[in-house]
Amino acid sequence: MKEDKLFARSKEIRQDNWGRLLCYISVTILLLLVVTIVYFISSKGLQTFTKNHVNVWSFLTTADWNTSLDAHGHADIGALALITTSFSTTMLAAAMATPLAFVIAIYVVALKPKFGQRFVQPVIELLLGIPSVVYGFIGLTVLVPIIRGRFGGTGFGILAGALILALMILPTITSLSIESLRSVDPSYQKFAYTLGCTHWQMIYHVMLRISAKKLMIAVIYGIARAFGEALAVQMVIGNTVQMPTSLVSPTATLTSKLTTDIGNTIDGTLPNNALWTLALILLLISLAFNLIVKGFTRGGEAK
Amino acid sequence: MKRKLALGSLIAAGLMLLGACSGSGSASNGSSSSSSSKKAESAKIMVVGSTALQPLVEQAAKDFQKENSNIVVNVQGGGSGTGLSQVSQGAVTIGNSDIFAEAKDGIDASKLVDHKVAVVGMGPVVNKEVGVKNITMAQLKDIFTGKITNWKDVGGKDGAITVINRAEGSGTRATFENAVLDGAKAVKSQEQDSNGTVQQIVRSTPGSISYLAFSYFKDDIQPLSIDGVEPTDKNVTTNEWKIWSYEHMYTQEKIDSATKKFLEYMDSKDVQSGPVKDLGYISMHDMKVVKDAKNKVSEK
Repeated sequence: MKEDKLFARSKEIRQDNWGRLLCYISVTILLLLVVTIVYFISSKGLQTFTKNHVNVWSFLTTADWNTSLDAHGHADIGALALITTSFSTTMLAAAMATPLAFVIAIYVVALKPKFGQRFVQPVIELLLGIPSVVYGFIGLTVLVPIIRGRFGGTGFGILAGALILALMILPTITSLSIESLRSVDPSYQKFAYTLGCTHWQMIYHVMLRISAKKLMIAVIYGIARAFGEALAVQMVIGNTVQMPTSLVSPTATLTSKLTTDIGNTIDGTLPNNALWTLALILLLISLAFNLIVKGFTRGGEAK
Repeated sequence: MKRKLALGSLIAAGLMLLGACSGSGSASNGSSSSSSSKKAESAKIMVVGSTALQPLVEQAAKDFQKENSNIVVNVQGGGSGTGLSQVSQGAVTIGNSDIFAEAKDGIDASKLVDHKVAVVGMGPVVNKEVGVKNITMAQLKDIFTGKITNWKDVGGKDGAITVINRAEGSGTRATFENAVLDGAKAVKSQEQDSNGTVQQIVRSTPGSISYLAFSYFKDDIQPLSIDGVEPTDKNVTTNEWKIWSYEHMYTQEKIDSATKKFLEYMDSKDVQSGPVKDLGYISMHDMKVVKDAKNKVSEK
């Protein structure tokens, strides 16, 4: 009996094995999920080209989107306007949100750490919890009329979309920037002061220099988030598939086109496949964003 | 122990995700599948599709389950296209649609059975400031095809017309285009996918025109009469008002007794003069005309 006990696996070992098994299972499920999602979207999205014989080049370089077949059995499938609008809205949003986010981060980390940590940071994180449909509704009822009054047009367009997106990605970029500024070794700051640096010199030459790469990553995360946002943008962008001629002309993004139309299409038909192709483009672009972030992180480690 | 628990729940979550992914094939919104009771005799009805019909079916399902506690009716939105494709794949019991299955490419309508449960009237609405209350059918067509671009050409104030259309392929748009455009191509314009958003935009955008289901006509927007006919339920029942459609609940040919019971309940007086009217639809029983899949209207 005693010997049995000696060679039997102890409770702790069993626990260990269990834990390892569960980890393996979880990781396998995760990998399977990623692979199936990528496979599913690709197989659906590529059918536009393989089954419906839409020309890849014309898909990417024309701007007319009319998926219902006309009398000659011809449909216009061109995603250029959607891609252009997606990129310009996102970049404009990032350009507006980034300076503000950096300044807030500097304030919270370097100028008023106590007040910043207790009050400013929670308020910013609160913005993260607001559902996108609420942002969209505020945009629709408040922002669009203001833009219409100031800049003309119908008020719908890239400007409205970018402003809403800037507000939505501001907390993301700010939180990440705060973290990266905090991670700067405090002893560097003390050195800088000892050498006679002013506050600003310390912030600019020490803090921002050291965390530059991490700040870039913060911005890219913000851009990725803005690129994928659908609902809020859809409510203020105007949903007209045409090349944007100004910041206030109604247009449409990849995501807004998807959310507007997907429920009305039938599985396996051209209108449905074309939307999957848009999803595939979105997937590839967010993959690109991820790779850029990876590249930056690796560069950071080498230093 | 704690760690074990945490890991366990992680795996459970992962499995659930996987299930949701593989089970639904394509477009199912993967939301709440209500807890089906384990009793063998209990039945479950899945209803998916048209968001225009959703409120009515939800209300009816709620009342229905009070009397039939062994039947679970689960109602989801997703759009007419989703409803039709899911029911023809056999993924759901009932597919809700605003349009005839025959009118949708890629659906084999001969394999589906149509159950019409209500009628929805739709009409053009404009911003209050436009100054137009009546319009001819020809003018309406010219506005939506882009031939008329200023309100002064149809008797209103001088100002540009902003057309707000509905999502391509949506039931509401199909109904409107069948009745008004007569095969012509709509002008390139804003597209919105929900009645609520359209109402909001028309209310606040000067010179805007769109179309809505009757139940979304509110005081702060101006519904238009067409050729002197007012958009009322009564005018729809006689087809004097031309823009209307059925709300369909499609099933496969073979249905179980619970589904049959539910569909009969939808057509009963309880529903047709209860929720149907309360929620702003028009009762099937009031209609004096019938419309077929090719939009031919005849006396009942």
